[in-house]
Amino acid sequence: MKYLGWDELIPGAILFSFSEEMEKDASEILPEDRPYAETNSHEAYVGDWRVLKPVYNRDLCIDCQFCWIYCPDVSIISRDKKMIGVDYDHCKGCGICVEVCPTNPKSLLMFEERIDNDDALAQWPEKE
Amino acid sequence: MAEKMELNEVEVWDGNMAASQALRQAQIDVVAAYPITPSTPVVQNYGSFLANGYIDGEFVLVESEHAAMSGCVGAAAAGGRVATATSSQGFALMSEVLYQASGMRLPIVLVVVNRALAAPLNVNGDHSDMYMGRDSGWIQLDAFNAQEAYDMTLMAFRIGEDPEIRLPVMSHQDGFITSHTAENVRPLSDDEAYEFVGEYPAVNPMLDLANPVTYGVQTEEDWHFEHKARQHHDLMTKVFGKVEEVFAAFEKKTGRKYNIVEKYDMDDADVAIVALGTTVETAKMVAEKLRKEQGIKAGVVAPRLFRPWPHKQIIEALQNVKAVACLDRSSPNGAMGALYNEVAGSLYQCENRPVVTNYIYGLGGRDFTVEHAEEIFKELAANAEAGKPTTPLQQFIGLRGPKLSFY
Repeated sequence: MKYLGWDELIPGAILFSFSEEMEKDASEILPEDRPYAETNSHEAYVGDWRVLKPVYNRDLCIDCQFCWIYCPDVSIISRDKKMIGVDYDHCKGCGICVEVCPTNPKSLLMFEERIDNDDALAQWPEKE
Repeated sequence: MAEKMELNEVEVWDGNMAASQALRQAQIDVVAAYPITPSTPVVQNYGSFLANGYIDGEFVLVESEHAAMSGCVGAAAAGGRVATATSSQGFALMSEVLYQASGMRLPIVLVVVNRALAAPLNVNGDHSDMYMGRDSGWIQLDAFNAQEAYDMTLMAFRIGEDPEIRLPVMSHQDGFITSHTAENVRPLSDDEAYEFVGEYPAVNPMLDLANPVTYGVQTEEDWHFEHKARQHHDLMTKVFGKVEEVFAAFEKKTGRKYNIVEKYDMDDADVAIVALGTTVETAKMVAEKLRKEQGIKAGVVAPRLFRPWPHKQIIEALQNVKAVACLDRSSPNGAMGALYNEVAGSLYQCENRPVVTNYIYGLGGRDFTVEHAEEIFKELAANAEAGKPTTPLQQFIGLRGPKLSFY
């Protein structure tokens, strides 16, 4: 990002979320279609803040959307009420999605960052 | 739609009522407030105006002054005209959020009824709270009586809200001496007042959902300095001209003329008192008296605008006098008084440097009397004659016990 001089700044330490004005409310536009501004946190990679990562198991998921609703960082990717996966660029590894998952066994579990997702799925626990 | 209030040409209002009426007439969208003596009646009156149908906006009663100013910040960022009032401990509790408001360039109007800061606990007027706000990035206007409290509060909206300025403004008045003394006040009619203040010009409102915006982003060493510099630049270069413009428009409307630095009897003055608040009126009276009775060419200089500091106007007002006394109504707690430091700093830059001395007075509402002002002017006359200080640089006046002075 280009460093600006003091005279180039918008007063109020203001940043706009999008690079252009939109015709409608952003909530009606899919994230992939939104013109995110360079300064939007969407454009910043913060995946390395994470120590443990949630791994998603499609075979067990019932698409209840609990994880999507509860995720404090909008890092659960879902379309048309179908769970797709985790946004590893922004997920901080808080584990709330795992905590709220209602299936048995859970469809999301925390694993160490170094473990490959396929290996994680291979060690998934049985129903209790 | 709010009812209009029929006002007389001359109303008998105290400073609090004057400020409340100015707030009512400005048709504010949100007032978030927590009451504290002596500014309580500002929001109490406002609440009764609302209950009686004279106000359309929201009035949010919150749990502290920190919350009051936080509510104001939110409402102002959302895109509304916003104001509140406070004093003393409440001002201190707000102080964290004052910097948020100015840093986000939100033109909130804060009526500050000046009061001492504890401990020891005291509800009376001094300038400790006003001084506490001096580095907060707000514009500070000072009223010396109830009429001015009305006028400054109305003008505060028009100054701060100008899209070129976008800075919050404090409208100061002295606790009790102004806030609780009923005086003749000539208000504008509701229509005239609103026409003067104008529609609120929203800038980047957060409620514009098609254009989402973040206010007061986190910046570290790579960006923070530039944002602060931008704010300081605007305070130093844009505010003086805007204040003059609004003062001129107000004079045209009301005939009442205000200046960034007020001068009384200064044309040929040898000695001058520099003061803030109600003390200015006492000093004016005494200057006039001493000119008549003793031939001392005495004058008074009073910053109407305390922040941004009117460096040039202070030099212009004081460069030709021989001796100046700066009167500080706040304990400097280990330094020279703030007004002394500001004035001396400005006068150091002029060719004819007057002798400048400092008086600490009136803490916690202690009376500042005619005798005190006379004593100061006489000491100034001796300083002017000697061409150097004949007294210690800092003296306490109106204090019991052994004479207290420094340097």
